Amino acid sequence: MFDISSDQFQLNPNYRLQYEDAQECHVLLYPEGLVKLSETAVAILTRCTSPTNGIDVIAGLQRTYPDAESLPADVMEFLIDAQSQSWIVAVED
Amino acid sequence: MPDTGTNHYIPMWLLAELTYACPLQCPYCSNPLQLPASRKHELSTEEWLRVMREARKLGAVQLGFSGGEPLVRRDLEELIVAADKMGFYCNLITSAIGLTTDKISLFKAAGIKHIQISFQGSNKETNALFGGTDSFQHKQAMARYVIDQGIPLGLNFVLHRRNLHQITEFLQMAEDLGAEFVELANTQYYAWALHNRDQLLPSSAQLEEAEAATNRFRDQHQGNMKVLFVAPDYYEKRPKKCSNGWGTTFITVTPEGDVLPCQSAKVIDGLEFPNVRDASLQDIWRHADLFNGFRGTHWMQEPCASCPEKEIDLGGCRCQAFMLTGNAYATDPVCELSPEHHLIKKAIAAAKQDEMAEDRIVPLLFRNPSNAKKLAS
Repeated sequence: MFDISSDQFQLNPNYRLQYEDAQECHVLLYPEGLVKLSETAVAILTRCTSPTNGIDVIAGLQRTYPDAESLPADVMEFLIDAQSQSWIVAVED
Repeated sequence: MPDTGTNHYIPMWLLAELTYACPLQCPYCSNPLQLPASRKHELSTEEWLRVMREARKLGAVQLGFSGGEPLVRRDLEELIVAADKMGFYCNLITSAIGLTTDKISLFKAAGIKHIQISFQGSNKETNALFGGTDSFQHKQAMARYVIDQGIPLGLNFVLHRRNLHQITEFLQMAEDLGAEFVELANTQYYAWALHNRDQLLPSSAQLEEAEAATNRFRDQHQGNMKVLFVAPDYYEKRPKKCSNGWGTTFITVTPEGDVLPCQSAKVIDGLEFPNVRDASLQDIWRHADLFNGFRGTHWMQEPCASCPEKEIDLGGCRCQAFMLTGNAYATDPVCELSPEHHLIKKAIAAAKQDEMAEDRIVPLLFRNPSNAKKLAS
């Protein structure tokens, strides 16, 4: 398990994140399954398409949404869940 | 027949059965009993590319390259490249026979995202016995290379009375190999498996022990491997939905271009099967009688029609209803409320009797051209 705050991670390269016209939303595709993503999830995951870490993701989102008070905690909660489901994986040095 | 032309269903999953040709001879194969005499009527590369484009337009996102053995197709790499570019998530469903390290590397570069390798037994002998090929070590070697390449690996172990006791050994092997997913798929009794049902169907005690063994393994191993145990529906009280609901989620295209709501639908007599050579996939999905005929609940007879649970299981599997009762509109006999439920009890009893009859061992009927001919005559 990597440290979400400081370790480098990225979207699982074996998964696909894309917008689907038919479903009118973004989906995350993984082996034999998919999940429809909320706008919040998309905002976070699109920041993980290249190597990053939790602190940078939060800082970036805070610039876009300066009034969202609970943003750091919400994002961390999402990233912990994303890590447990292998949506995001550690970037090897 | 109602035309639900404006229906909102999206065929999320396209199963591309590229060929029925297969080097294995599994006696529980879900492919049709008739083996095509030759492969000359299979869809061409161009035709598959059109099917895939049309499926994407309908919103399909998951694509399973299956068969038969999809590796038999020489254009597999080309199809993967194109499908990946179209936005599909590409899964390869294979026995690994014909797979090489070079091909795995090529497929990875082409865009394959997940490879599922099937095993017929948990050791060399039983794998050879039930698959009809000596391939155990090769399958393991290919599984290792898939993992080396960083491609998610799933293992599929097809279970029946004669290998159910191997679950723990199989799970241990899967964990040692580093599989991400394991599907412990009990044989469902269609096609070749239906013919061999007396010899393959386990007892409820065997199933309970197998499921307990699976749970013991899960408890003792804290790794990331996801294990799915799929029981045969003969021991359920209620039937299973057809493919998440007939014509709601899955679309299957057969090697010669027939479009089906599930892999088995061609067993149902009296239906017309639309073909991609005659119409677009969109036209078929939205308007074909085959798809609209069993969508939803409008087609149901009693006891389904007035059942409070009809939206939950949608009357069960149409293929099973037809195969066992001769009526595709009947309640799936797996349901305890079906007036034909005794057929299931009878099948379980026949299997038990077969197991007890030590002096009369009925050989399994393996899927090969010679047995297919015997069945046809």
